[in-house]
Amino acid sequence: MTPIPTMPPAPRRHLSTWLLVAGLLALVIASFASLPLQFSEFFTAAAWSTMAEFLGGFAPPETATPFLLKTFNATLETLSMSALGTLLAVIAGLAMALPAAGKFGAAPRAATRAVLNVLRSIPELVWASLMLVAAGLGPFGGTMALAFHTSGVLGRLFADALENAEPLPQQTLLTNGAAALPAFFYATFQQTLPQMLSYTLYRWENNIRAAAVLGVVGAGGLGQMLKYHLSLFQMQDAATVILAMLLLVALVDAISFMLRRALTR
Amino acid sequence: MATHAAAGFGVAPRDPALRRRIQAALLFAVLLWPMLVYSEFKPWLLFDAQSLVASRRFLAQFLHPALDPEFLKLVLVNTWQTVAMASAGLTLALLGAIPATLIVTERLSISRLGSGKMRASAKLLRQAVRWLLVLLRSVPELVWALLFVRVIGLGPTAGVLAIALTYSGMLGKVYAEILESSDAHAADTLLANGSSRLSALLFGALPESASELVSYTVYRWECAIRGSAVMGFVGAGGLGQRMDESTRNMAGGEVATMLIVFVLLVALADLVSKMLRKRLG
Repeated sequence: MTPIPTMPPAPRRHLSTWLLVAGLLALVIASFASLPLQFSEFFTAAAWSTMAEFLGGFAPPETATPFLLKTFNATLETLSMSALGTLLAVIAGLAMALPAAGKFGAAPRAATRAVLNVLRSIPELVWASLMLVAAGLGPFGGTMALAFHTSGVLGRLFADALENAEPLPQQTLLTNGAAALPAFFYATFQQTLPQMLSYTLYRWENNIRAAAVLGVVGAGGLGQMLKYHLSLFQMQDAATVILAMLLLVALVDAISFMLRRALTR
Repeated sequence: MATHAAAGFGVAPRDPALRRRIQAALLFAVLLWPMLVYSEFKPWLLFDAQSLVASRRFLAQFLHPALDPEFLKLVLVNTWQTVAMASAGLTLALLGAIPATLIVTERLSISRLGSGKMRASAKLLRQAVRWLLVLLRSVPELVWALLFVRVIGLGPTAGVLAIALTYSGMLGKVYAEILESSDAHAADTLLANGSSRLSALLFGALPESASELVSYTVYRWECAIRGSAVMGFVGAGGLGQRMDESTRNMAGGEVATMLIVFVLLVALADLVSKMLRKRLG
């Protein structure tokens, strides 16, 4: 009869892993300790009654037809901001993807990638607040802000797609005497087109969500309406705008879910 | 192919998709027009005299980032506040997300065992929590922050709460998805042999998906840092609030310094997150 096997010893953890966990804990504790959080005030009866009053102010959402029309208009504005911003970003992204994919040598590649990194790491909202200086209040600044950030993202993704494309088809065309531009368009571009399209659609989806809130710095669309009505304490109007935002996001989610399902099936 | 052959060599064949291309271009133009109108797309406004002067002055200041020690100290304090808001918010989000995951995950349902059908009350509870998570994550974090700033006033508390609410919605959903997609065998066996739901989670489901859960959490922490930096634009403290003030004052030098710090912060968070994911994943 074989003896009952004993449990193997637990795998040893490295000291560095423990240090890492301790560091994370320290970060969390330091965060809570250093922030001037007013949670104690938050849990008083007075705060709760303010909160209840505040939330009560939202009901019922404003449903007068003129206001609904205004909200619908702002929704369309949000949608067109996102679409146009994405379109501009596709154009700029493609233009920058070529040097960033090393088509013109190593130095332009590094330089363009650095530019793309900066464009990408500044969020849409920061771009929007910067664009306010040049373009003033309104959806145009928001559109440009979306375009700046998204061109950084798409440029990088497009460049990676171009670099990863199979080089042989283009080589074949070139050796058979095709000019450089047709060779690129009929071989490499054709290969990467589906991937680029799917990146673009994904970013558009993101941009619709971003465009909805971009307005809080004054860049048009639903966000600007929300900020306006909240600052005047017109809670019922604000509630309608928030509902419109939720509806828009839910709609975009549903459509993209269905598209993805149809495409992957 | 036939037309191609008939055209012979030397004559460029007609583009067979020409009509489709023209139709698509026309449709595109028709769709584009209202969008240009709605988004008030007037690029020439950027080049009228008044805004040119303003942007030129603003951009010229960019070349001289503000570097006096007092301002740098302020930026440093605010940068830490941004990181702290993200970390505190994510910790609170975990406090909400983990219980929600325990409730939502169907894998941990006991009434489902054997018959495959859940008790009606359990199903109802799951669906209710699921809808709550959907609501929490559908309201953008910036909107939560805007609302909390109205209730509690300016400052980082609003930002921390906004991150906590949005991220608990996201984390709860994704945690449950990760647990559902892992191999069911271990958890099922434990549950069928009478273990509690908590130990089925700890000993059955967690070992397999722990690394994925951790790496997703770290990724979200990185997102939270980006989000909390932006949150300041609605008055929720941190780097964003300073940046908003400096932009309003048209202090280009200060904005330039903060943008550099911000880009560095994001790059650092990216690096740390990559390192942590490699280590813990």
